[in-house]
Amino acid sequence: MASMLDINGKTVSVKAAPETPLLWVLRDELGLTGTKFGCGMAQCGACTVHVNGDPVRSCVTPIAALEGAKIATIESLGGVHPVQQAWVKHDVPQCGYCQSGQIMSAAALLAQTKAPSDEDIDNAMSGNICRCGTYQRIRAAIKEAAGLTAAPVVAAPAAKPVASNDVDDEIAAASGSTGRGASQ
Amino acid sequence: MNGPFEKLRRQDGVSRRDVVVGATLVGGALLVGCSPADLMSMGSKVEPGAFGPFIRIDPDGAVTVLSKHIEFGQGNHAGLAAIVAEELDADWSRVKVIHAPANAKLYGNATAGIQLTGGSSAISNSWEQLRKAGAGARAMFVQAAASRWNVPAGEITVKDGVVSGGGKSAGFGDLIADAAKVTPPEAPTLKDPKTFSLIGTDRVRRKDSLAKSTGAARYTQDVQLPNMLVAVVAHAPRFGAVVKGFNADDAKKTPGVVDVFEIPTGVAVVADTTYAARMGREALKVEWDEGKAETRSSSTIAQQWRDIAAGKGPSDLKWEAFDSRGDAAAASAGKGASVFETTYDFPYLAHATMEPMNCVAIVDGSKVKLIHGSQAQTLDQMNAAKIVKTLPGSVEVETLFAGGSFGRRANFPSDYVAECVTIAHKVGKGRPVKLVWTREDDMQAGFFRPLVHHAVRVTLDKDGYPATWRHRIVTQSIMKGSPMPMKGPDQTAIEGTAGSPYLKATPVVDAQLALPEGGVPVLWWRSVGATHTAFVMEHTIDQLALKAGKDPVDYRRTLYAKAGAQRHLAALNLAVEKAGPAPAAGFTRGVAVHESFGSVVAQVAEVRLVDGRPRVGRVVTAIDCGVAVSPDQVAAQMEGGTCFGLSAALYGEITLTDGKVDQSNFDTYRVLRMNEAPTVETYIVPSGNPPSGVGEPGTPVIAPAVANALLALSRTPTTRLPFVRAGA
Repeated sequence: MASMLDINGKTVSVKAAPETPLLWVLRDELGLTGTKFGCGMAQCGACTVHVNGDPVRSCVTPIAALEGAKIATIESLGGVHPVQQAWVKHDVPQCGYCQSGQIMSAAALLAQTKAPSDEDIDNAMSGNICRCGTYQRIRAAIKEAAGLTAAPVVAAPAAKPVASNDVDDEIAAASGSTGRGASQ
Repeated sequence: MNGPFEKLRRQDGVSRRDVVVGATLVGGALLVGCSPADLMSMGSKVEPGAFGPFIRIDPDGAVTVLSKHIEFGQGNHAGLAAIVAEELDADWSRVKVIHAPANAKLYGNATAGIQLTGGSSAISNSWEQLRKAGAGARAMFVQAAASRWNVPAGEITVKDGVVSGGGKSAGFGDLIADAAKVTPPEAPTLKDPKTFSLIGTDRVRRKDSLAKSTGAARYTQDVQLPNMLVAVVAHAPRFGAVVKGFNADDAKKTPGVVDVFEIPTGVAVVADTTYAARMGREALKVEWDEGKAETRSSSTIAQQWRDIAAGKGPSDLKWEAFDSRGDAAAASAGKGASVFETTYDFPYLAHATMEPMNCVAIVDGSKVKLIHGSQAQTLDQMNAAKIVKTLPGSVEVETLFAGGSFGRRANFPSDYVAECVTIAHKVGKGRPVKLVWTREDDMQAGFFRPLVHHAVRVTLDKDGYPATWRHRIVTQSIMKGSPMPMKGPDQTAIEGTAGSPYLKATPVVDAQLALPEGGVPVLWWRSVGATHTAFVMEHTIDQLALKAGKDPVDYRRTLYAKAGAQRHLAALNLAVEKAGPAPAAGFTRGVAVHESFGSVVAQVAEVRLVDGRPRVGRVVTAIDCGVAVSPDQVAAQMEGGTCFGLSAALYGEITLTDGKVDQSNFDTYRVLRMNEAPTVETYIVPSGNPPSGVGEPGTPVIAPAVANALLALSRTPTTRLPFVRAGA
């Protein structure tokens, strides 16, 4: 009894039982391993995907609930989504394990709120845990992706002037920052 | 992991011989006269290439740096590659980094003596080694070009991977065949650091950000191999319990379950998929023998630790002095207004990495391959070899990115690795087995930061500065059970109190450690001893300053001057200067300074109370970490380390009720989230010293800084962590 799912714009037939959480179908059956297992009870957000554009925790969403829904995973963003570009520019990831989920939550936020406030970001992102503590850069990257004033995560430390590459020089010049993260 | 490995490195041949004997027993072979690295790499097929073990250069000129250290967030791969690229004069945009294979001889940590990432040592222990590797390879290209063009080597220059001289130029790729034949110089000339053009600049950025922003980065959890089985294990509900019996009838009927069998750590359920394995475990019935299990509650253990510190412990418990100066009796004497006395309690902490522990093992007879985020390849090799009965060096390890570790992925028995190898050994025939721990498995498996108690008694002199300092620490030993025997007290329990400038500035010191036994497995946890010693020393200092009626920053300055702690003073001054004259409206400031892993970190934290709970805003951080190879990643580690420390300070607490861990997932083990994250500014103290630690030193300072802000706000000291108790 195969289920038909619409994943990343393609209709796929999956063998898993209808009660199986989407996460395990994505990872084990379809090999889409960008979506991560973190907690299994919608506490950490590492498994976040889009269902009809909304951020959804795939670890607690049985595939039976998804027939006819449009499912999008991190793989659908293609590495060129503005959020992904901002993530790279700000070197957001550390261990990186939570970042697929962070990016999917951020992308859903920006699709619905073009210029999110700090409070909007808190509300949209507080379901995603990052144990490395990259929150500050996540916030900066979301603002960057939204085309808001970029926060200068990269700028020369005031105590030790250092050379910067071109991109960083532009950020530092634009911000007039005196330290890393000073105006975030 | 600072103290123990420092200790090991400094020790004489006795401990080295102990290591040899230990490793020999592990390998099941009696070998005499080998160095530990020789022994532990025996059976390895890993060979260095033409440019040594750390550098590969492709025919198209692209450079690959082999990192002996795992990347699990610290950003060390960027720094390690930059050290090579600087001396090699490579084109940074064409340098990539991969994990080296396992080989203790080629890839041993110079600090630890085995292949291991820890103690914030990746950059510091590689500094000379990789500079020489890069400079040596550069010299080979220079010699190759000089010979080919018949130009004196002194007239050859290298820039961005292009070798030039005598009007000619060629890329690394054009010269690679000739260069590979040049004998590598034994003592290549290193650059004058003043001429560095990559190290210390913001060009040194992470190489893995794109892969980690697309889902393409590969973690253990993502490994999929043909014919692979997935295993989960039913673990005992109490530490030390063992399987008495089990009924697998229903589990075996679960679709996808292939086998169910007993292993030393519980009952393994092996299935085609992760979900099937988990469903199979739910259907499994296990009876446990708890005769030797730890059945105490954490509250009972904490009370026992307090009793011990108060002199009411068992008579056979040994106290070890780790700092004593002057008349110890004087430190316990003295009464009246000059005496300050307090105690502190710290709970067990889980590492709670985003990626729960997991491992892939393939066992075929005596052949073993491990694929996982290995933090201590040599320990994993030794433990796997012991199970399969082969030579440690023959155990192949493919190290992957790990979704965090904070110390958890390196422990003496290689707990989850050994479990996986045991299962794969039983499955056999070279069939890959992926062991998956759920969040609940991970959180309840122990290897926690130990429960710790400190008792402090200080008397002040007529000027208000410490005249005597009595200090007692009671905790469980992390290093007990180590195959690397130590002399003297367990450094992981005392580092940070031991070596404190405040003790150096005190004429009479009586500091002692007691290490009672406990059944809960304990382990280093990002910044190890400093997780509690920094809090105790820094929060005590603010209370002493308050008692003396002095400003806490000025009070520290005086003590640093007495102790000759120039680096502490410089970091403190930089943080205070950058913080500016006043906090944001509604916030109160707290200051803390601590040295760990060779680096000094000072923080000025701005704190306010929201619904009675501390909320941290701006955190101004100054760090002296020697040469900052990647200033951006130093800042990233200060940001992340601060969040990690703050998360534990606010909420972190593992408790046991009658021996059972009460927490199981992020609903009961609360961690810091976006809406609570501080804004960290990082300033680097200029230094020409070799690099020191960065991954851990940012973690321990925030908790005392917050406690000091709360002290300034309310005059109420904090005597136990976390600030927010569960259910509060």
